[in-house]
Amino acid sequence: MELLHNLFFDYTLRTVAQGSATLGIVSGALGTYAVLRKQSLLGDAISHAAWPGIALAFLLTGSKAPLVLVLGAAAAGWIGTLFVMGIVNTTRLKDDSALGLVLSVFFGFGLVLLTAFIQKMPNANQAGLDKFLFGQAAALVERDVKTMGSLGIIALLIMMVFWKDFKLLSFDPDFGASLGFRMRWLDVLLTTLIVIAIVLGLQTVGVVLMSAMVVAPAAAARQWTDRLGVMVLLSALFGAVAGVSGALISSSTARIPTGPTIVLCISAIVLISMTLAPNRGLIWNWIRHQRNRRQLRVEMVLDDLYALTLQHEDLEHRHSVRVLNAMSAGRGGAKRSLEELEARSWAHRVGTEWALTPKGLAEAKRLAEMRGN
Amino acid sequence: MTESLNNRLAIDVADLTVAYRDQPVLWDVDLNVPSGVLMAIVGPNGAGKTTLIKAILGLVSPAAGRVLIHGQPYADQRRLVGYVPQRGSVDWDFPTSVLDVVMMGCYGTLGWGRRPGRRERARGMKALENVGMLDFADRQISQLSGGQQQRVFLARALVQDAQVYLMDEPFQGVDATTERAIVALLQDLRAAGKTVVAVHHDLQTVADYFDSVTLLNVRRIASGPVEEVFTEQNLRLAYGGRVAFLSRDAQADGSTGQSDTASSEPVDDVITVQVDKPIDTSLRPS
Repeated sequence: MELLHNLFFDYTLRTVAQGSATLGIVSGALGTYAVLRKQSLLGDAISHAAWPGIALAFLLTGSKAPLVLVLGAAAAGWIGTLFVMGIVNTTRLKDDSALGLVLSVFFGFGLVLLTAFIQKMPNANQAGLDKFLFGQAAALVERDVKTMGSLGIIALLIMMVFWKDFKLLSFDPDFGASLGFRMRWLDVLLTTLIVIAIVLGLQTVGVVLMSAMVVAPAAAARQWTDRLGVMVLLSALFGAVAGVSGALISSSTARIPTGPTIVLCISAIVLISMTLAPNRGLIWNWIRHQRNRRQLRVEMVLDDLYALTLQHEDLEHRHSVRVLNAMSAGRGGAKRSLEELEARSWAHRVGTEWALTPKGLAEAKRLAEMRGN
Repeated sequence: MTESLNNRLAIDVADLTVAYRDQPVLWDVDLNVPSGVLMAIVGPNGAGKTTLIKAILGLVSPAAGRVLIHGQPYADQRRLVGYVPQRGSVDWDFPTSVLDVVMMGCYGTLGWGRRPGRRERARGMKALENVGMLDFADRQISQLSGGQQQRVFLARALVQDAQVYLMDEPFQGVDATTERAIVALLQDLRAAGKTVVAVHHDLQTVADYFDSVTLLNVRRIASGPVEEVFTEQNLRLAYGGRVAFLSRDAQADGSTGQSDTASSEPVDDVITVQVDKPIDTSLRPS
């Protein structure tokens, strides 16, 4: 209760919550396309590639103003993705190798800049740069949030204007190109938007874990819907929920870095979605699988009874449950299936003996014909 | 537009050469497709059939050559061309509905930033009706069978309301219902004066479904009306002698295993052509 109260009236908490909600919404919505285009690693590459940009921006300007550092990050992240596209287009390397290459080379370069130059600077005012590694939401001020908000709104507006273009790009780029859409250009535009989404989150979540905020909300959202529009909305919602709850937990409990907390929150959402979602969820699948299996067993026992009935050429002739058990050996016995048959009044029992009903006989015949015997 | 349509050649390809990393995939291909024909493109795997379609559509950039659609460069004639890609080229688990995919066919004519509205819905439903998929309009596309997927792609091309249709293996792995639906659709398109060029794998049905054929194996082997071009000699050139030819009599006797490779009679044997192994890697340039 107190937390809720503080959320609205405590300046720091409110700023933190607004900032992390913004980053969650923007990265969640745009991450949908990265996931659908099977470019999950793209976010990883961009955020890691942004790191040397932060270091260089600081080295060149000596400023630690978030806007300056974030601009450096954006530039480096963007150049990194251009490298990836260039490598894929001009060499035999595939997407994943190119992404991995850019990710590690850029990130390594950034670490070298930090340890070799920045930490050896005399005034040692580098403290704070490392916050971009794991993120610190508590450091957000209102001006940062306003910048994040306006950038995010621009990115989302562009996404909406290019809705059908991006849908074509994600689903069938060749067909889109045949219609005259400039796919290469749209690819660059969409990637630029994802760069913006990632850069927005760097201060809060950090370069190491930011890619989770691109992939995880969309992966969770995909479980619940089969519509692109709904998926984008859900993904944004999941991102916002994870962002706000993670940032609140980390800033109200002493000294937990924000990035990992947010990532744990979104992971919980992913876990729930993977298990519980209807149609695609694991539990749903398991139930469906069990149901199919039971149905199959019932049909097999029905078939056994049918075979016995045919042998005796007498519908009223009753058959011992032991015979049926022997026939379905290795399938866990016939008892449950027989009870199911009785419930459907396809078979009736006298003591421990069973016989088909006329209705059951008709059903067994139908099934046998369906199998083509 | 009507003036350009009067041009007798629907597709006019000259000297088209496409290479992937120094390997020629298409070599100096000339292709004339008269307006109003149903043409099959036939050839072994790796012959460049898909590449030819994609090069005509400008999806791969040729090393040399030119492509005209009804007398004008493709870039100016996009609206006249409909495209049916290979069914396997997209992810059918994409979160979207059948009608939504079909309406993509009118994205090219919708204005910038505009979304499909009631008119586009109506066009989409009409196209779905034409391929017998009206009941599936609201289905999620991952619930479709292979044949149904193919019909959705065809419906999407119908929405384009094109004059020239390029289809990449429309009959690939489809059920009998879909095959009949596609054949009926091809006939309708021809009756409406449209031109269709389709990559086709099944040599047995070429003469039944199409009136023209192009035999391709990196180079153009032959192109023209089926009865003139679809000869044993040309097939042998395209497939490199890996085609077994059965005479009609032999099949009537039921002795289908007996191949009649000595025969060089054209035309009459066409329907009973059988391919034992269309895959002939030795023909690929190395």
